[in-house]
Amino acid sequence: MASVSTAAAVPAFARASRADTAADAGTGSARALANFKLAVNGRDHQLAVDPRTSLLDLLREHLALTGTKKGCDHGQCGACTVLLDGRRVVSCLTLAVAAQGRAVTTIEGLANDGELHPMQQAFIDHDAFQCGYCTPGQIMSAIACVNEGHAESDADIREYMSGNLCRCAAYPNIVAAVRQAKPVMKTASRD
Amino acid sequence: MQPFVYERVSDWAAATQAASTAGSAPASYLAGGTTLVDLMKLDVMRPERLIDINALQDSRYGRIAFGQSGLRLGALVRMADAADHPDVRHRYPVIAQALQLAASAQLRNMASLGGNVLQRTRCTYFRDVSYAACNKRNPGSGCAALDGINRTHAVLGGSDHCIATYAGDFAQALIALDATVDLASADGARTIPFAKLHRQPGNTPDQETTLRPGELIVSFTVPAASWLRRSLYLKVRDRQSYEFALASAAVALDLADGAVRNVRIALGGVATVPWRAVEAEAALRGKALDDQTAMAAADAAFAGAQGHGGNDFKIELGKRTLRRALQQAAALEI
Repeated sequence: MASVSTAAAVPAFARASRADTAADAGTGSARALANFKLAVNGRDHQLAVDPRTSLLDLLREHLALTGTKKGCDHGQCGACTVLLDGRRVVSCLTLAVAAQGRAVTTIEGLANDGELHPMQQAFIDHDAFQCGYCTPGQIMSAIACVNEGHAESDADIREYMSGNLCRCAAYPNIVAAVRQAKPVMKTASRD
Repeated sequence: MQPFVYERVSDWAAATQAASTAGSAPASYLAGGTTLVDLMKLDVMRPERLIDINALQDSRYGRIAFGQSGLRLGALVRMADAADHPDVRHRYPVIAQALQLAASAQLRNMASLGGNVLQRTRCTYFRDVSYAACNKRNPGSGCAALDGINRTHAVLGGSDHCIATYAGDFAQALIALDATVDLASADGARTIPFAKLHRQPGNTPDQETTLRPGELIVSFTVPAASWLRRSLYLKVRDRQSYEFALASAAVALDLADGAVRNVRIALGGVATVPWRAVEAEAALRGKALDDQTAMAAADAAFAGAQGHGGNDFKIELGKRTLRRALQQAAALEI
């Protein structure tokens, strides 16, 4: 029991560091870790990771920000969508080292003092999910969709949200949620 | 994923110098990474060094410029930025549409124009290293697609060694509009017609372009022309959005009193390389554009097409796609 609680008390960052060492040992060569800074949800992190680490794995495995989901890991499903300097990208095809010096926003960075982002609230109001696995990616993508000016009609929303697959097929409710959040986001940005 | 050394460069000279350093390990340039990182995860691409050129986006090669010679698109412009640019949409609709109908909003935010034209085929035998036979991935090993599942494969420009489809859309617009490509390497700069960038598979499907080792695309130039405003990109696919073309057509028309004064046509989803349909253009020039001449042009475009079983349908689909694209272009109010 004691060992379990000790393990649980080890910070996520330390666990990740051990994984790096193991990965390097596995390749049989002592390759240097990449050292760089990254701002995630307004907080600066000094990182040392294998250059192969995707931004997605960095968030989930190194920073314990598991809200961003791994679906296909090949840029086809959109579950891993985050904002990089405000633009939506798939974090699975973004090398973490290549994102250095830039600002990352994940689903964990949306709520403000416990108050949900209008898009989060809209997804709840419209029941815009079933299993919820694609939802963080849908919400990040939907916020960018509105900010880009690509949510002007239902057809636009469907087209510009097509990079986010929902296997539960909550699509009609997702469109409704984006439609609800759009004017709220605009009002909020004027305040 | 094979380990690699990551290098970040801050100017073009440093980039091409890094790539050409004698005796150094094989390098790939990293821009958006949407093809490269994907294929590195699959072990299809195994560069030992990555030269990250994204910091060069702030140079003129990250910009869109309109001049007397036409439109210049920097290689590090992102697909989304060119697709959304009001002047590109208005003056070069076929370019904006080809970009906007490709990939997803996230991928278009990431992918550079230079990287986009170099994207690799979606042939599943190429992407899956558990198949030994792929002449593109492993020269001399054979082609699993010839007698395999080849529904999405090419009917134009194939060989006995490879029938993998060129997957892009933007390249069709560039080749139709007589674009040129500006290249840079440690040996200097040169400009080539876009039509000379890609190589048909022939006996060497592993050699996809005429780029020299370490050479980098820095920009594209699309000349001003009378047929640009009446241009469009029509893409036919299994899903309405976020899918590669089964057949597509880039069409640009200069009409005078219903007759074709000039026309530019390229086909996507059906060929091994970006495909300029010069036979179809010749069939239309000087003629009135109607159902009959559009059909004759489509027949001319696919006269040399060869199906391989699963993709036989693409010949008829490709013809109908071109016919519809021509008719839609003719009907445009400009």
